[in-house]
Order: sequence, then structure tokens, then C-alpha cells
Amino acid sequence: MNLSLTDDQRMIRDAAASFLADASSAAAVRAAVERPEGYDPQLWTALAELGWCGVAIPESLGGLGLDATALVLILEQTGRHLACAPYFPTVALAANLLTHAGSAAARKKYLPPLARGELRATASFDAAGVRARKGTGASWRLDGRVAALPGAAQAQLLVFVARNGVFATAADAKGLSVRPQPAWDATRPVADVTLKGVPAERVDDPARKGAAGRAEALAQLCLAAEQLGGAQQCLDLVVRYTSERRQFGRPIASFQAVKHRCAQMMVKVESLRSLVYGAAASGDPLECAGAKALASETFFDCASEAIQLHGGVGFTWEFEPQLHFKRAQATSHALGTASALREQLAQALL
Amino acid sequence: MAEHHESEMHVRQEVARWMRAHLKGRFAKLRHRGGPGDEEFEPELRKEWERELAQGGWTCVGWPKPWGRGLPIAQQVIFYEEYARAGGPGRISLLGEGLLGPALLGFGSDGQKRRHLPGIVSGTVYWAQGYSEPNAGSDLSNVQTRCEPQPDGSWKVYGQKIWTSLAHESDWIFVLARGEPGTKGGKGLCFLLMPLKQPGITIRPIRQMTGGREFNEVFFDGAVAAADDVVGGAGNGWKVAMGLLEAERGVSTLGQQLRFAHELELVIAAARGNGAARDPAVRQRIAQAWIGLRVLRYNALRMLAGAESTALSREALIFKYAWSNWHRDLGKLAADVLGPAADVVTDDPAVRPLQQLFFFSRADTIYAGTNEIQLNLIAERGLGMPKEPRGDK
Repeated sequence: MNLSLTDDQRMIRDAAASFLADASSAAAVRAAVERPEGYDPQLWTALAELGWCGVAIPESLGGLGLDATALVLILEQTGRHLACAPYFPTVALAANLLTHAGSAAARKKYLPPLARGELRATASFDAAGVRARKGTGASWRLDGRVAALPGAAQAQLLVFVARNGVFATAADAKGLSVRPQPAWDATRPVADVTLKGVPAERVDDPARKGAAGRAEALAQLCLAAEQLGGAQQCLDLVVRYTSERRQFGRPIASFQAVKHRCAQMMVKVESLRSLVYGAAASGDPLECAGAKALASETFFDCASEAIQLHGGVGFTWEFEPQLHFKRAQATSHALGTASALREQLAQALL
Repeated sequence: MAEHHESEMHVRQEVARWMRAHLKGRFAKLRHRGGPGDEEFEPELRKEWERELAQGGWTCVGWPKPWGRGLPIAQQVIFYEEYARAGGPGRISLLGEGLLGPALLGFGSDGQKRRHLPGIVSGTVYWAQGYSEPNAGSDLSNVQTRCEPQPDGSWKVYGQKIWTSLAHESDWIFVLARGEPGTKGGKGLCFLLMPLKQPGITIRPIRQMTGGREFNEVFFDGAVAAADDVVGGAGNGWKVAMGLLEAERGVSTLGQQLRFAHELELVIAAARGNGAARDPAVRQRIAQAWIGLRVLRYNALRMLAGAESTALSREALIFKYAWSNWHRDLGKLAADVLGPAADVVTDDPAVRPLQQLFFFSRADTIYAGTNEIQLNLIAERGLGMPKEPRGDK
């Protein structure tokens, strides 16, 4: 296996880094979370125009047809810059699920508008939360409840994994209630979704056994990539701040108590980066789950250290560490906690 | 690309076939033995094994021709992987092949290469490393051992080295000694090649916490290095020694990880055997160990992806800290899985290797740059943070 990045991958990584550093600066993020839409519509349009909504969607369906590595390289940057756009729910959750588990008809119907960024979507992998029963003709009815679904209030299309298939419904469907929750991590809006006999369309291909599980693993990897970006940003913030802040007549970055903590953050960040890039190349579902478990702990550690090593200002609303700290906690249980994912690995290993 | 792939498959099969055909009979007992913490195991037989490898053309595979086999990096990686997969024993020639050879290839004269490289390739001459001293550990350049030039051009050496692995099983030693009195740090050092079996050299074993004695103290009292055995010229010893420490670019690390994977399998087998696998906390730690091992593998592959670049990459900077701490945690996990059985001295092949792992992995975070030195290097070279002030300047 070769982990060298291709020219395409390098190009997309560098473009995402420089574009988002500017378009999703700290000031832009703080402005975006105040908007009624819950995100920055201009940023979303720009991401769509760059073609990044379709990065991993086949070219025949209007996407760029690149691999999971290109996708995680973009998500690393959206996570790093807390990009306020429904990119993660649309691309990492819904488009990913439809690409890997969708029937030919559903792929043809939904993937082209998803690739163009014309359709905002989200998906739930919580099969225990939603029951699907046969309705009249080809239609189905959904009942259940999904808590804190990312991007649900912004989505035009909602996709649900149930025990007996994958089902899609429009945001304005009868019986569907989407209640936005005021999240502490305002950069990633979530909503509670209640389904009462909601008419839905079955969108998976029953012949592709285990496809929803593989899509969930890829979603876990995507979230790990965002968490990696967040952890890297925390490290960079700390290195910059401690190099500027002087006490006892010297930059606090010159104290070993500070240096070693930063070095340990770098060990964790680079370890996580190796696993995220490796799992993207291998596609192995256990590695994707392992990456999410490691990412949750790495991101939370780095965000905690970012607050601590900024001292008093790290505790303020004004400085950036708190934004990542809130994101780190909110993402720690999304798509499986570290301990649940490790237990899943243990079952495979033992 | 496909052609490339085919030749790599071919090397993989060739190594696997050769190992199957040779690591048997009298060599069978060497399987999975002789690694770190177990280096005293059957030294004579392991030297015979080195000669067996040499006859098959499997020593010094990464050295350029005409000295070595000149395999490209991808094929070297395959060799180390297949060697480890077959349970190939720890290489008793490690310091000669891995450290001195590259130093001579980089800095040695033609005569030095001609005199010293063939013995390493043929598995007939074994080398020890004389760097650390009682007062030059982490502060490695604080070398006090001195060398005095003699009228005939040779050098006489006085002083003491410590932590010298397998000196008692070696024929020669490469030594850092201060050739210019009054110099400090890396300045004025000479990189000398010296036969160990000569008057003026005394080797004293150090007993480790594992009970083993693979480390030694080596005392020099007027021992001689020949005039043409100064590598890189007098006063350039530090450059040679440092160049050699940077030679490692991850080529053999995938083989190291297959050994780690074998150890993790032993831990899993022990947990299944004694019921520890039902303990939720143990299950979490085993999963965590597995995740860590995947991290190490992909980190090494990232290092290899950048192997042609001379800059030290971020992934290369963190690697020693990452693997040594992972391995130390695995040692503790192994002992916890064994429970009270870890506390009883035994030769049980299902238990003893895990006890060795538990004890010896404590050395991993100390040798070749302690955790503390690694964190300094990472902060300074990886993050551009201020350098540690010296107390003696």
C-alpha cells in the first residue's frame, strides 16, 4: 500500500485549506452562527461551485469521482475551520449512504442534485430509532424518533437507515416533525426528528448486503477526519499563543511544561492523521471505526489542552478554543462513542 | 505500475519460500526469538543463522551495490515484512548492518569500506556501539572518553562507555571519543573503529531488570585504534554519528510491527485462554492496542511515502515516541491479562515472552532518545518552539 498523495489529492487538500482559511475564518464562523438559516448560505454555494459536494460521487452521476482520501482531505479542513455549511450532513452522511447503499434508481434521482449542491440532505444511521412498515403500493411509512440529527432542520431530504432497509423522505412530508435544538456547538446545528406514519420511499438496493454498514463506517471515518482537523487547529492555536505570550521575561512556549504538552498533542494529531489517511486508503470498516474512536479522544484532549494552555483567555467566549471544545464534546458520541466502537472492535478481535 | 507490482509479489514469494526452506531443522528453535529483551538467546546459533542469511543473499539488502544487494526501498520493506512474518530471529548483526555500514557508506574511505563492509555482509564480523557514557546519556555530545594521537598515526583511547549492547558477543566497536582536549559538545570528536579483543579493553556486563545481561560497560585504558580507522577524519565524529542516527527512514519498521502484531496475538490468546477476554476493561484495552498498531503501520507507510525527501517529516518525528509508548502499554496489558501468572518466573512459552515484553518494554522509552528528549525534539523541530537552554554555557 502506498500512502503518497496523488496530484489530484494534493491539489484538493491545498485548495480546501486556503479557501476555508479565508471563507470560514473565525470571524466568518461567528457571523454565520447568528444567521436565521443556521449556516452561511454563501459558503455553501461556494463549496458547491467548487464541486466539493460531489467529490466522492461517480462522474457518471455528476460528481468528481474521486476516492475517500480526497473526501477526508476536504473534511479535515471543514473540521479545522468549523465550516458553517450543511456539508457534513449532506456529503458525509446522506450522499455517502446513497452512493454506497442506494438502488440504481435512487442514485440516479438523488446523487446528481446532491453533487451540484442543489439538494441539502442528512441521514440517520440509528436503525433502532426508526421503524418502517409497508404502505400502499411501493410506498412505506416511517415511525420513530431520532435525537440531535445534524443538519436536519436545514435538509430538504432526510434519509433513514431502518432495520429493514434505507428510506428517504422530503422535509415537508406529512407526519414529519423537525425541532431544531439550541446546541452549545452552534457551528453544527442539530434537530430532533419525530416520525409519525411519514410516507417514505425505499432507496436502498436489497442485493447490496451490508452496504449501509459500510456507509456508516465511511461516515465514521469522515467525522474522524473533521475531528482531526479540529485537533490540528487546537494545536496550531496553542503553539501560536504560547509563542506570543510572555511571562517571567520569556515566551511561555520556552517552558518545558508547555513544550512537552504541545509535543504530546502533535504525537496524537499525527498518529490520528496516519490512521485517518490509512483507513481512507484501505476502506476497512474496522479501521474506520477505530479512527472515529481515536479521533474522539484526540480531539477532546487537544481542545482541553487548548483551553488550559491559553490560561484565562482560553476560558473566554472571545477566544477560539471554546468553539473546538464544544465541537469535540458534541462529536464524541455522534456515530458511536469511543468505548462503544472499541467494544465493536473487541468483538471482532476476541 | 503493474510490472512494479509483479516484481514486488515475486520478491515476497521468494523471501517467504527461502525462509520456509531455511528456518527449520537446527534453526527452528530461533523462530520468534532473539528480539529486543531476548538478545542473549543462542548467540552462536544466531551467528550461524546470519551466515545462512548471507549465503542466501539476505544480509545488507538495502546497501547499495557493490557492497550490498541494492534492493529498492519497496523491496527492502517486503524483505523485512516477510522475514518477521516467518518468525525470523532478532538480527544479531543489527548494529553492523543497520548503523556502522550506513556510516561507512556515507562517510568512510574506500579502504575502510573494503576492510570493514565485507565482514558485515558475510555475517562473520559483529559490531558494538560505543556512544553512551555515565555522563553522556541524553546529553550524548558530552563525551569524556578521549583519544590521543600517537607518533605512528594511531590513537590511544582512555575512558568508559556504557549500555553497550552485546559487546561480549561482538568483535569490533565504533567509538565516539574526544580527540582535541578542551573542546566541548560535538566539536573535536573522533569516530573510531576498534577491535574489542585487545589489551586495554575490559568488558563488564550489567544485569538488567529482566535478569538478562545484554548490556555492558566497556573500559578503555590505552586501547588502540589504527591510523586508518578514523571515519570522516579527526574532529568530524559528531557529524558521522548524527548522520547515522538519521539513516533510519522507516524501512525496517514494518517488520518491527509484524513482531508487535505477533505479540498482540499472544496477548489475545492469553486473554481468551484465562477468561480475561470477558472483562470489559480488558476488551477496551485490547481494542485500543489494535487501533494503536494500525496507527503505527500507517505512520510507517507515510514515512515511506516521503522516504526520498531528506527533510525530517512530522510523521517521522513522532514515530519513536509513538511506537515505544504503544509497546510499553502493550507490556502492561500483557501482564494485566496474565494476572498472578505474570508474577511467577516460568519458561512456559505462552507466558515467558509476555513477561519479557512487560519488563523489556520499559527500556523502549529510554534508549535511542528518552521520551523526554523525544518531546523536546518534537516541540523544537516539529513545532518550532524555543530550544532548551544549556546549564553549562
